[in-house]
Amino acid sequence: MSELSVNHLLGIKYINKKDIDLIFETADHFKEVINRPIKKVPSLRDITIANIFFENSTRTKLSFELAQKRLSADVISFSAAQSSVKKGETLIDTVNNILSMKVDMVVMRHSSPGAAHFLSQNVKASIVNAGDGAHEHPTQALLDSYSIREKLGDVSGKKVVIVGDILHSRVALSNIYALQMQGAEIKVCGPKTLIPRHIESLGVKVETNLRKALEWCDVANMLRVQNERMDVNYFPSTREYAQQYGLDKTLLDSLNKEIIIMHPGPINRGVEITSDVADSKQSVILNQVENGVAIRMAVIYLLASKIQ
Amino acid sequence: MSQKVLLTSKEVNIILHRLACQLIEKHLDFSDTILVGIQPRGTFLAERLKELLEKEYYISKIALGYLDITFFRDDFRRTSKPLEANKTQINFIVENKKVVFIDDVLYTGRSIRSALTAIQSFGRPSEIELLVLIDRRFSRHLPIQPDYRGRQVDAINDEKVKVCWKEQDGEDAVYLINK
Repeated sequence: MSELSVNHLLGIKYINKKDIDLIFETADHFKEVINRPIKKVPSLRDITIANIFFENSTRTKLSFELAQKRLSADVISFSAAQSSVKKGETLIDTVNNILSMKVDMVVMRHSSPGAAHFLSQNVKASIVNAGDGAHEHPTQALLDSYSIREKLGDVSGKKVVIVGDILHSRVALSNIYALQMQGAEIKVCGPKTLIPRHIESLGVKVETNLRKALEWCDVANMLRVQNERMDVNYFPSTREYAQQYGLDKTLLDSLNKEIIIMHPGPINRGVEITSDVADSKQSVILNQVENGVAIRMAVIYLLASKIQ
Repeated sequence: MSQKVLLTSKEVNIILHRLACQLIEKHLDFSDTILVGIQPRGTFLAERLKELLEKEYYISKIALGYLDITFFRDDFRRTSKPLEANKTQINFIVENKKVVFIDDVLYTGRSIRSALTAIQSFGRPSEIELLVLIDRRFSRHLPIQPDYRGRQVDAINDEKVKVCWKEQDGEDAVYLINK
């Protein structure tokens, strides 16, 4: 096993195909570990990790915490809502204060794009980006690709459509980088207002018709409409969005092939995806969650092995 | 670099038969026993012994698993080269079973220490034994001794014991390599 080429996981853009392969290979081992009767290994017993979440999170935070605990790391978690950030402390000050308590790694979610990168240049700790604004969410993209690989054997040559709010989605951008690196073909699909201009320059195609996009693809990754990031109305109504871009069982069954349905969560049932689709056998949504723990264990383990 | 033959293919074969017989003496029909090959190099010996027990001594249904100890090692972040993980495959619960760890060389004892911790993830065995092909007598770091040994070897720290298996290296042999 080789090493990661980076000391931080700031985004998929900063890593390479070899890193992804190494993370997947390591995650395979951890997936076996988390299916044992006793799901814990002592590897990181001398590592302390701080989870700093300036934005709300359920899945990602739990998944990271569980991954860290499965590796026997000491974990401190912190949500901005109950912290001195509200009293006007700067990001660097907050993190440096935490680091002076001898913390080796920081997992951070922040609403500003580039926050993780900024932190990595200003504090002495290994940084894992758990989502920075609408920029990147690397572990999500890794677990999405890992789930595709698990289901279809390989990511290379597969056709993936990312549907929904591409404009505000860090999951979309990280997925585009990760899937392209592994040789997948990508289309994005959604209302024109929610597709960033010039996205074609990333090498992806745009499709505004959901049926056409689904007929083309092997995998559909359905994204949530991120109302919390919207300052103006990007579409007339949620009902109209659901009619145009929501995936229901009738549409899914009318396709001439079985595609795989993914969703990074949280799901707005009845908007981007109906309940019967989310719970169908074509959906790998819960596999994604399980794989998330294995992927995060792999990322943390590999980064921790580089801490001096 | 010079190398000396410690065991030839014929000698390895004789030792394998002896070890198989010693296992039978203790474990009889192996109904409560599980063989566990320690990854990466102990798996060849474990497979060989299983094959021998089944084909030559007609003991059927021997449970064999592979245990990887990478995540249980005590030198994480202390070695210059990254640790390489291997597959663990233990498709049974070891609760109240007799477990026999099988490895090719016993040296510092640290791998076995890790294996003792690792196996606990699969339950609480009633007893654990250790079988090794080569027992390097010097330089043990921990109070760990084998229950079954193929050959005891006096090798100093500069020397390396290399176990070759037909499946991977093209021949069965054990060499003492002087670095």
